[in-house]
Amino acid sequence: MEDIRERIDALGEAINQLSQLNETPEIANEITRLKAVVYKLEKKAGTLYDPWDKVKIARKIERPRAQFYINSIVTDFVELHGDRAFKDDKAIIGGIGKIDGHTVTIIVQNKGNTAKENIERNFGMPHPEGYRKALRLMKQAEKFSRPVVCLIDTPGAYCGIGAEERGQGEAIARNLLEMARLKVPIVSGIIGEGGSGGALALGVADRVFMQANTTYSILSPEGFASILWKDSNRAKEAAGIMKITARDLLEYGIIDDIVEEPVGGAHKEPLQAANALKEYIVSQLNELTQKDVHTLVEDRYERFRQYGAFYEEEL
Amino acid sequence: MLNDLIKGAKKYATTNPAAKKAGIPEGMYLQCPKCKKSIYKVDLKAQLGVCPHCSYYYPLSPRARIFAIVDKGSFNELDKEMMSVNPLDFPDYEKKLVNYIDKTDQKEAVITGTALIDGQETVIGVMDSRFMMGSMGSVVGEKLTRAIEYATSKKLPVIIFTASGGARMQEGIFSLMQMAKTSAALARHDENGLLYISVLTDPTTGGVTASFAMLGDIILAEPGALIGFAGPRVIEQTIKQKLPEGFQRAEFLLDHGMIDAIVKRPDMRETLACLLKLHQKEGK
Ligand SMILES: [Zn+2]
Repeated sequence: MEDIRERIDALGEAINQLSQLNETPEIANEITRLKAVVYKLEKKAGTLYDPWDKVKIARKIERPRAQFYINSIVTDFVELHGDRAFKDDKAIIGGIGKIDGHTVTIIVQNKGNTAKENIERNFGMPHPEGYRKALRLMKQAEKFSRPVVCLIDTPGAYCGIGAEERGQGEAIARNLLEMARLKVPIVSGIIGEGGSGGALALGVADRVFMQANTTYSILSPEGFASILWKDSNRAKEAAGIMKITARDLLEYGIIDDIVEEPVGGAHKEPLQAANALKEYIVSQLNELTQKDVHTLVEDRYERFRQYGAFYEEEL
Repeated sequence: MLNDLIKGAKKYATTNPAAKKAGIPEGMYLQCPKCKKSIYKVDLKAQLGVCPHCSYYYPLSPRARIFAIVDKGSFNELDKEMMSVNPLDFPDYEKKLVNYIDKTDQKEAVITGTALIDGQETVIGVMDSRFMMGSMGSVVGEKLTRAIEYATSKKLPVIIFTASGGARMQEGIFSLMQMAKTSAALARHDENGLLYISVLTDPTTGGVTASFAMLGDIILAEPGALIGFAGPRVIEQTIKQKLPEGFQRAEFLLDHGMIDAIVKRPDMRETLACLLKLHQKEGK
């Protein structure tokens, strides 16, 4: 694995240098050839990624964000702002639009692709008003009987004075309770980082998916390492034992599906990633909208009801 | 192998339960951690773990709490044999569990059951901050969910005393899912028009705050209890400044409109009895 990575890096550097030369047909050909080799190597590496590789891909600044997916797969999108109580939280984007034939309410956590955007979006870390905006839009979706689609990409809910003053815990808890009984289909999935209660607050759904190179966890590997071993530098080790990858969580039944990403990660071919995402969401909506509401809510309850592992002595 | 470990632990867990029951350290006198004055232990017990000099609240063990709240002899424990397993094969988790089982004489961080409070039947859950910091793993989530479901089926109110440092890290994603599970059970209880009172005690943080703790129809808290989503240390690290005095204490939450009332420990039983009475359905 290490030498594959070294070769990918070396080839990338070669391509970089070649593309700075005056372009001739020979050079163009060589670049194409090298890119093909890199593609093959990355494809091979993809099957060998360890959890920490996935953490790094999930956090790449150039990774396509929820806003990109809205632009690519939602038509007639109208953004709706604010929680009607305090302010508009820009870490969460919500609105109405169409995905294929389905009119949906779409609610996403949005990080930025630049430092400036990230500051504007608070790195995708919502405050209570973000969760309350999400809940307002979910209840609105229920009123108009349209399905809800949530895209999750957050290191976690924001930790700060204002967030605590305005009831971060209550805001997340309320979403969990209301999503559990919302009378419309909900499809939720992780498109980057799925961090703690901040992710779950958009994740109580009928279908839960993860893109192939994303993570979903009780908290960040750094946080985990610092709580358990008082050393956040052991994050890589923590990632290894936390069971945070799509494959692990599919095995545990926490998620239903893995949505494939382009070779090397969604950032390599964002439109291809968007198409796969769209295809998946549409297929789930086609199924879920056929279910009667009572069965839908009942099944959602049972889904979350079964999570947990414990031991009971036989009486 | 795992079951053997836990079964093995039970032998030790029952050696000397009487001395540990009140959650108060052993010896005749002890020093109050807040005012540093010495307290006669018998006094402390009589005062339900409240320092007679400065009103500091010692953590109460769940059994002492239940004893102080419910009608004598009315408590019927549910699911008392349930114990944790190690779903992620987390290193040393079993060993840790065994340690806490031994230390607290509890099998997990919550006790649930049915009881009468001034003659009124209720379902009650009490968390134990001494058991792995009251962290919520599968057992805490499952026992509370079963208790809430039982209340829903029998049309009973639910009272939960929370005390938790947050998620049970060793159970990873399973711990996170307990937040959804308990909240979903409360949604059904709520839809049946039934009363849920949460009582927040020191400390209530993390995943417990972001689920059942903050979902009470009525939310009460003990004086001075630390209540928040993020712990104060995490916030200080994030914002790189010291937090103001009293931040995230029960009085702060009351001031910010996040809880209904602060109730002193000696008044808790009476307050709960009164609230239950006020919610009795006509003709019942
Ligand atoms: Zn004192």
